[in-house]
Amino acid sequence: MNWAFLQGLLSGVNKYSTAFGRVWLSIVFLFRVMVFVVAAEKVWGDEQKDFTCNTNQPGCHNVCFDHFFPVSHVRLWALQLIFVTCPSLLVVMHVAYREDRERKNRIKYGENCKRLYQNTGKKRGGLWWTYVLTLVFKIGVDATFVYLVYHIYEGYSFPNLVKCTQVPCPNTVDCFIARPTEKRIFTIFMVVTSLACILLSFFEILYLVGKRCHEFLSSAHHSRFTNTCGFLCKIFPLLLPSLKMFGSNCVQSFPLTQTRVFSW
Amino acid sequence: MPLTSSMSWPALYTQLVGANRHATSLGKIWLSVLFIFRVMVLVVAAESVWGDEQSDFTCNTLQPGCENVCYDQFFPVSHIRLWCLQLVFVSTPTLLVAMYVAYRNHRDKRKLLQVCAFAKGQDEELETLKKRRLPIAGALWWTYACSLVFRLLFEAGFMYALYVVYDGFQMPRLVQCDQWPCPNLVDCFISRPTEKTIFTVFMATTSSICMVLNVAELVYLVIKAFTRDFPWVTQN
Repeated sequence: MNWAFLQGLLSGVNKYSTAFGRVWLSIVFLFRVMVFVVAAEKVWGDEQKDFTCNTNQPGCHNVCFDHFFPVSHVRLWALQLIFVTCPSLLVVMHVAYREDRERKNRIKYGENCKRLYQNTGKKRGGLWWTYVLTLVFKIGVDATFVYLVYHIYEGYSFPNLVKCTQVPCPNTVDCFIARPTEKRIFTIFMVVTSLACILLSFFEILYLVGKRCHEFLSSAHHSRFTNTCGFLCKIFPLLLPSLKMFGSNCVQSFPLTQTRVFSW
Repeated sequence: MPLTSSMSWPALYTQLVGANRHATSLGKIWLSVLFIFRVMVLVVAAESVWGDEQSDFTCNTLQPGCENVCYDQFFPVSHIRLWCLQLVFVSTPTLLVAMYVAYRNHRDKRKLLQVCAFAKGQDEELETLKKRRLPIAGALWWTYACSLVFRLLFEAGFMYALYVVYDGFQMPRLVQCDQWPCPNLVDCFISRPTEKTIFTVFMATTSSICMVLNVAELVYLVIKAFTRDFPWVTQN
């Protein structure tokens, strides 16, 4: 499983992430992918060979193993890690699309034309939405897989012994799982790191939404203030003759601020 | 299987080498000890010694399931897994320093872009900003010292965990097991106990050396900060 390829692909994502996103990426690669590759895969390496059943009945061992382990934990985690890291590529693709549009615009209208985007990498407009959607998707993927492992294996504990009554096993057969304690430790470790990643993504969404609201409110407040001032100064000269007897001067009118333009 | 694990350790090494640019000489020695004597030995030698640990764990019984249960009782977590986790956790604090340096570079880059927005030669200045080595002072000193403390805690924690789980660093040849479904008391024999003991002692020794290096680095940092803030002490 070539994780180095995925790591290379995602190293470019760091440029467009927030601080939370960079911490998330480090946690995923250090505590999830690395621990998965160097430790967890090996713990599950001999799972079918060392799954022993107290019977000589041919086929019983295979059938019981298949009944209790429909999908192996390592395969579920590998899929989870692939699905959770791929949305970040959407952000990279969106920035590439913006840069391509900018380049085509420059070719069409010449070098000194008005730029489409102030900064292709800055999270404004469509890129902000793409980024937030990838965060929501990441939370969804992590939550789904954590629930899936819980649902398929009825919790995160690994019993030493499972009792199997599948055909062709005669009556009830005792089957023993290999290394249940070690598997339990690594299952809990992977679940805890998934939950930590879910929490980080959630805080990142809150931070992005909060930042946007703050920017919107401060620009709206500023434009409302200057609009009110501009309005007052426009009607003031009309009232001036009546106020002239009080000897007051007109206040300089303030220029209206430009409203923010959102672009894809 | 070893191919995939060797793909992850080099990636970790490149991350740490980048972060270690701002380390002291002791920090650089620590990184070399870590990767040559611990990671390499783990990947090249120790993993093969523990490779057949469950398949060659033999119990004097034909009772199915007895071997599995006894193996699980005496090896709740394999040595190899504990060492892998120890190495991953011990490398993590260095990334704290790397994150702080990245944050500083980002902040200084923004200041530079604001100050000389229209000045020429901006690209060269940005390049020198990226390649410069920050002096270990102020907030970087505290970040670095914290990373050293965390390293020490993780090293000590994992060493203690190994000692407690396995009742010392020696691997016995024979363990006696009476877990269900083993009938009465059963003798179980561990594979390659002497080789495992040698490697356990080796890894414990290198771990202690790394701890000593970290303590020395911490003392050096404190002395350096002390002489910087109170230069009259050294002048006298």
